[in-house]
Amino acid sequence: MARKYFPVALWATIVLALYFLLRALFQPHLSGISLTPQIVMARAQEIALFVLAIAAGIGMVELYLYQIFFRAPRSRLTNALVRLIQAISALFAFQLIVLFFNLTDLFRLPEGALKAFFSMPLTLGSWLRERLLQSNLVSQENASLVSNLLLSGIGIALFILIHQMTQPRTSRLGFAYLLVAPAFIGVLFLIVYPFLFEIKLAFSNASLGTQATKNASYGLIYGWENLKTLFTGNVAKDAKFLEVFWRTILWTVINVTFHVTGGMILALLLHRPMKLQGFYRTLLVFPWAIPTTIAAMALRNEFDLRYGFFNIMLSNIHNFFSDLASQAGMLAPAFGWLAAHIGPVSWKQDPFWAFVSVLITNIWLGIPFMSVVILGGLQSISHEYYEAAEMDGASKWQMFRHITLPLLRPVLTPAIILGVIWTFNKFDVIYLITQGGPQEKTDILVSSMYKAAFQFYRYGFTAMFALVIFLILLAFTVIYLRVTGGLKSTTE
Amino acid sequence: MSALHPVIRFYRWFFFRARGDSPFKRLLIHLALIFASLIAVYPVLRVVTISLRPNDTLLTTSLRIIPENATLENYRAVLFGEPEKHRQSDFFLWLWNSFSVVIVTSIISVALAALSAYAFSRFRFPGRNPALVFLFTTQMIPAGMLLLPLFVMLVRLKMINTSLGLIIAYSVSSVPLTIWTLKGYYDTIPLDLEEAALIDGASRMQVLTRIILPLSSPALAIAFLFSFMGGWSEYLVARVVLQKNELFTWPLGIFTYAQQFTVSWGKFAAASVLIAIPVMALFLYSSKWLISGLTLGSVKG
Repeated sequence: MARKYFPVALWATIVLALYFLLRALFQPHLSGISLTPQIVMARAQEIALFVLAIAAGIGMVELYLYQIFFRAPRSRLTNALVRLIQAISALFAFQLIVLFFNLTDLFRLPEGALKAFFSMPLTLGSWLRERLLQSNLVSQENASLVSNLLLSGIGIALFILIHQMTQPRTSRLGFAYLLVAPAFIGVLFLIVYPFLFEIKLAFSNASLGTQATKNASYGLIYGWENLKTLFTGNVAKDAKFLEVFWRTILWTVINVTFHVTGGMILALLLHRPMKLQGFYRTLLVFPWAIPTTIAAMALRNEFDLRYGFFNIMLSNIHNFFSDLASQAGMLAPAFGWLAAHIGPVSWKQDPFWAFVSVLITNIWLGIPFMSVVILGGLQSISHEYYEAAEMDGASKWQMFRHITLPLLRPVLTPAIILGVIWTFNKFDVIYLITQGGPQEKTDILVSSMYKAAFQFYRYGFTAMFALVIFLILLAFTVIYLRVTGGLKSTTE
Repeated sequence: MSALHPVIRFYRWFFFRARGDSPFKRLLIHLALIFASLIAVYPVLRVVTISLRPNDTLLTTSLRIIPENATLENYRAVLFGEPEKHRQSDFFLWLWNSFSVVIVTSIISVALAALSAYAFSRFRFPGRNPALVFLFTTQMIPAGMLLLPLFVMLVRLKMINTSLGLIIAYSVSSVPLTIWTLKGYYDTIPLDLEEAALIDGASRMQVLTRIILPLSSPALAIAFLFSFMGGWSEYLVARVVLQKNELFTWPLGIFTYAQQFTVSWGKFAAASVLIAIPVMALFLYSSKWLISGLTLGSVKG
């Protein structure tokens, strides 16, 4: 019912936002808004250039692969020539990649012949620029632009040359490789390379003192040091590894248990012909729909000692029971006991309650997802099973135990596995609400790692920490895949 | 039957109605659902309440939803700044920063994924299975794990404190997830369509652009929405990559309200409401497809 009005609300907000944006753009001084047309244009230009550069780079690679797969040289002579050109350009690309590694400190090329060899593409560019400047063909400021254009022109000319010397041919799998290439480059650059870099960092003493990787030393001994610190020393500042590890397990188990049971209860309640179902469903997914940052910050306020909702409620209950204790005759001791034990809690100072507060928040955030997933699973179970069971006189519990649960398994298993991994890695709630405090008594592994890196700048140590976390998750994944044989379905 | 007392008849009907759930049970279910809905919605309502409070009564133990002397002052301050204090509002700047970063991330990841997912779905080429297993494992890698090497890399490339650096950092988690989701969808498109087109003389490229991509536009939209939502309210990565105020995305931005010398909860709440309304509307409107998208990408266990 409410769903019907969402498009209207959406359009209304879009129109309003556009109005204010336009107003801001045309009257920046009047409206008191710091966003100006200049800023918008500058950012748009920056991003457009970036995207164009990526597109050009990928386009070059695609063209290269296309010619390898779909163009066959005409004769033996051209064959030799074409392969030579292709080999040279591959060498060029290789040199550039090595240069990139060198620039970002994956490894240091020793000064001398090796470095000179790999920086050939750059020296070629600067040589060309020098030549252009000497011959007075271009001015100082245009020199690098012209030389770059010239170089790309040569590249394109080479492509055209190869095209002229070859004839089309068919390739069965060439198309697949062409399609995969851009994503392959992306994944290589975004995941494989940082991962290799992390392994290298793990065997270093990189920290703020060594200016990250600039003056860091590398060696197995540093890796051993980092590993020793991880298991015997402090992981962020105060906490020890095992303590944080067990807390992470506790965090994951409690969260996922509550998510699944809560989601299951809500889904079972909703899964029946009833009035207002859409209304409830809309309200119940609120915690999932609201941006986590906002939700976490809002709930952080509610855990305030004096003005937060939870303590106001707790002190109200406390007052209620102490009133009762002073009035009721016989039950007075019982109410007195309740009044003595229920009362405002220091959510921020007490480690136990701080952990409870992050748990409450994350449970609140996670239940809607599970309930929606489980409801979807329930709806796919045929009615006939239940009717047959009813005929045979099965009780409600038996039906749930022997029909609903087994048939929900294909939905539940991946949801729980994903839930475990997400919860294990999810620390924004902890970071936003308690920042791991008090005394890092609410930190989990991932949040400790984040703090070690970006609050205490222990880069080498953090890298080793991250590798250990990765190995833990990998072990979990492998065990899961062994148990369920889920790997087959990923590749089929 | 008619001899029974009306109260007993009502009692029987109320607790033991023969068909379907009895009214009593329904009542209980509705009560439970209303209670659960209240728990789900109440914290959100509290944010609205705080945003409506006048500045002098921000700290109060009152639990009223609409506060006394409710005012829209905080909203005005968030949207248009406070001219009397010569303070401009950065709200739209933050929104623009977030938007420009996230939209480019989504476009890049959907563009890369739309092509490669098709190859993974339709071709059996050497290296395919290892690549798929690899993609599957990347979903297990904690996002925070690659943050450190990425951070160092961005520093060395002088891309720290630029929105380009944030685009790169967001693409790390976005690209594999998108490939995974889209592959799941392509697998559901029957092969016959393509075979018919190929027999009619279409090239592989034409099949992809004329048949597959139009057919999978809902899935592309879902994948786009996924990576958009993933980056839109991200805080921790942005905090590491961006340190300059004028580059702040909105999660960093509204945090400045909470970290100022005098904490401005009112403005924080107002900004949160302004941002949350369109996001939640979009989410609730598209939740049906979002959920189907989740199950598309999931492994059948």
